[in-house]
Amino acid sequence: MALMEEKTQVTTPTHAAARRPVAPSVADASTPSLSLANEETVLEVEQFNLWYGEKQALFDLNLKFPRGKVTALIGPSGCGKSTLIRSINRLNDLIDSVRYSGDMRLNGHSIFGRDVDVIELRKRTGMVFQKTNPFPMSIYENVIYPLRIDGETRKSVLDEVVERSLRRAALWDEVKDRLHESALQMSGGQQQRLCIARAISAEPEVLLMDEPCSALDPIATGKVEELIYQLKGLYSVIIVTHNMQQAARVSDYTAFFYLGRLIEYDATEKIFTNPSNKQTEDYVTGRFG
Amino acid sequence: MSLAIRGISSDPAPAATVRRERRTSLTARGEPMVWLTGGGLAVATLMIAGLLLLVVFNGTLTFWPKRLVQITTRDGQTYLGEITRTETYRLSPDQLAALPATEQERIRTRGGLAERQLLRTGNFDIFGDHFKWISRQDVARTEYPAEAWTFERQEWGWFVGFLKEIRVDGKPTTQSLAELHGPARSRFHQIKSLEKNEIGEVNRALEELRLNLRRVALKSGKDSPAYAQAAAAAGKREAELHKQYETLVAEVARIRAEDARYTVLLATVDGRTKEQKISEIVRAYPANQLSTAQQVGVYLSRWWEFLTSDPREANTEGGVLPAIFGTVMMTLIMSLAVAPFGVIAALYLREYARQGPLLSAVRIAVNNLAGVPSIVFGVFGLGFFCYVVGGQIDQMFYPEKLPTPTYGTGGIIWASLTLALLTVPVVIVATEEALAAVPSSMREGSYACGASKWQTIKRIVLPRAMPGVMTGLILAMARGAGEVAPLMITGVVKLAPELPVDGHLPFLHLNRSFMHLGFHIYDVGFQSPNSEAAKPMVFTTTLLLILLIALLNLSAIYVRNRLKKRYVGAHF
Repeated sequence: MALMEEKTQVTTPTHAAARRPVAPSVADASTPSLSLANEETVLEVEQFNLWYGEKQALFDLNLKFPRGKVTALIGPSGCGKSTLIRSINRLNDLIDSVRYSGDMRLNGHSIFGRDVDVIELRKRTGMVFQKTNPFPMSIYENVIYPLRIDGETRKSVLDEVVERSLRRAALWDEVKDRLHESALQMSGGQQQRLCIARAISAEPEVLLMDEPCSALDPIATGKVEELIYQLKGLYSVIIVTHNMQQAARVSDYTAFFYLGRLIEYDATEKIFTNPSNKQTEDYVTGRFG
Repeated sequence: MSLAIRGISSDPAPAATVRRERRTSLTARGEPMVWLTGGGLAVATLMIAGLLLLVVFNGTLTFWPKRLVQITTRDGQTYLGEITRTETYRLSPDQLAALPATEQERIRTRGGLAERQLLRTGNFDIFGDHFKWISRQDVARTEYPAEAWTFERQEWGWFVGFLKEIRVDGKPTTQSLAELHGPARSRFHQIKSLEKNEIGEVNRALEELRLNLRRVALKSGKDSPAYAQAAAAAGKREAELHKQYETLVAEVARIRAEDARYTVLLATVDGRTKEQKISEIVRAYPANQLSTAQQVGVYLSRWWEFLTSDPREANTEGGVLPAIFGTVMMTLIMSLAVAPFGVIAALYLREYARQGPLLSAVRIAVNNLAGVPSIVFGVFGLGFFCYVVGGQIDQMFYPEKLPTPTYGTGGIIWASLTLALLTVPVVIVATEEALAAVPSSMREGSYACGASKWQTIKRIVLPRAMPGVMTGLILAMARGAGEVAPLMITGVVKLAPELPVDGHLPFLHLNRSFMHLGFHIYDVGFQSPNSEAAKPMVFTTTLLLILLIALLNLSAIYVRNRLKKRYVGAHF
């Protein structure tokens, strides 16, 4: 409850600068030698521990998410990947028994600070869930939901956002003639892309995706993956996935978690071809997990 | 290799292991449970269907015009009337012995059971009775006289007999009853309307005048100049109104005099006559000469009267329009009150309150509230709403009318609020369930978009839970519309002179007492001086109440399905 109170966040000049979308660079994708050391950090996790009641779920996490890149979180079930990304937009605050220590910094500002407005934070970190969750309203209203709750009523602004978001979510051509029909009539894959459109309509900096394809068929999965690839550069994407190939296909960096600990974090290519840790190697080659 | 083959081969087992033939037991297969559960459903369905069938059968047949039978008994009496019902009874040996031999024989072959018929003879003003039992063994002759008529009268119930003469100014005329009946009825309605509307209006104005004067007196005292001024003005206006009143009364008297010219001379089957004003005959038909089309005509005309007019004859005849109106209006007011109240309470319980023992206690208390006898709610409604709240309202807003209460007595608003209180647990429970059923993925999706808790509830949770809320409301309406006991002490009356809605400001008079179909059933069936005649009306009224509740529910279900389509969707 206390976390929900509305506060006006003073956006510092550094923030404003940071929020400018980074231009997608073709060079990034094609250059094989990616290195975390060369990346600008958008989100930094520092000494982060998390408990569900008495049970500790995350242990001493330290990692930096690069700006404008796709970072995949992989690991066996229950290793804390989802817990981590749900901590980034503080969705875990909704669970009474959750406690945490350590810090996370978005653009250098702690997201757990006393002066942080959770609502503002969530607007800057769009999220796409495992289970598609379009709201029971029209496609149009779904996309502008984050703006609606801000009280935006100017039709020109809303129309523009709808078109831009749906285009980015590669959904515009399919739904442009039925924007005012219920979103619940769409197919599963379309619904998930609609959820992505909704997540990016408020122009977040970080896009959190919690197994976005696990409920989709291969074709819909392909579309969403292509979409993630295209969103690279516009947003910093953090994606949780169980699908090794998917991680290899869409991400620039991959972090491997095991039992709540970060085991290895490096460029995706390195993780999948030449991991430095034995556990990582076993996992990515399918020997366990 | 060979071992593996032996393991799965179908060779007879070694002699050491004896295979018993195993059969699945009956309980394991669950056959008896199928029969038990199916039987339970069948019994429940049969009971409900039987009850409905009884109500529908009796309710629909009530208004069908029956033939008039003329029965001459062995002791020379003649009776004319409709056969209401037939039953068998057992004669005592002495009674049996007194009968002629052929009758004795007939009754013996029927196992000693005699038959008797209830004849609706009408003519209460002459015979002092509406009905007459006639035993089969006393019947000497049965006929269906072609010229027998049934007259439904405004007062005194039916007249069953013969049409002797149609009179104008006491002299026979060649005009037919059908010709004269229309104008006579319109005169009758004209008088009614003059008395009720125009004269009622004058009376209302007079009352208003009195109240205004009283208000001035209460405010500035009886010997203030303001009062003197008001009194003078009131006196002048009062004189005007009295003049108006005189004119109206004269007009009524004129129409009455005109009306009295047209009469019919009716004769009973035993020759007694009665002169009756044509205008006081509601409906008349030669019962034994009706074609099927005419029978249908009478039937429909009775239904029409039932649905569209006021009751007469202590509610046993005429219509139930005020009761229909009262029932629907009360149910709607109740729904308007119970829906927001229940939803708000459920929202707090489910969304905001901290789950714990205290909340569980509150939940149990709410559920138990549904088990409190409804009459207790009635007593509470009378004590709290009528006397405390209503009394306060009277003192604050209607001091000039005191000691006559305005809101401080039973009224439709208090009855509706009492029923809302009675049904609020239903809505709370249904809403809580609906709220709990909203998938958490939706809530999280909304939170992740940066919505606050209230925004999430308002935009996502509530719309999604709306069909469930409607279900609760439907249950509450069904419960509330059929409830009678609490209404009896919070505003329902046997006969309400005025509807709660009329053409006078503020148009909606929520303080007025009202009629209710459920109470009407009780009143007609058990409080009526002429209970035999009222019995069919009980069925018809019950049928109507059931239809009305079904209609209200169907419309609510329609709304719910539309909401469901809109908010819950076809996927998954």
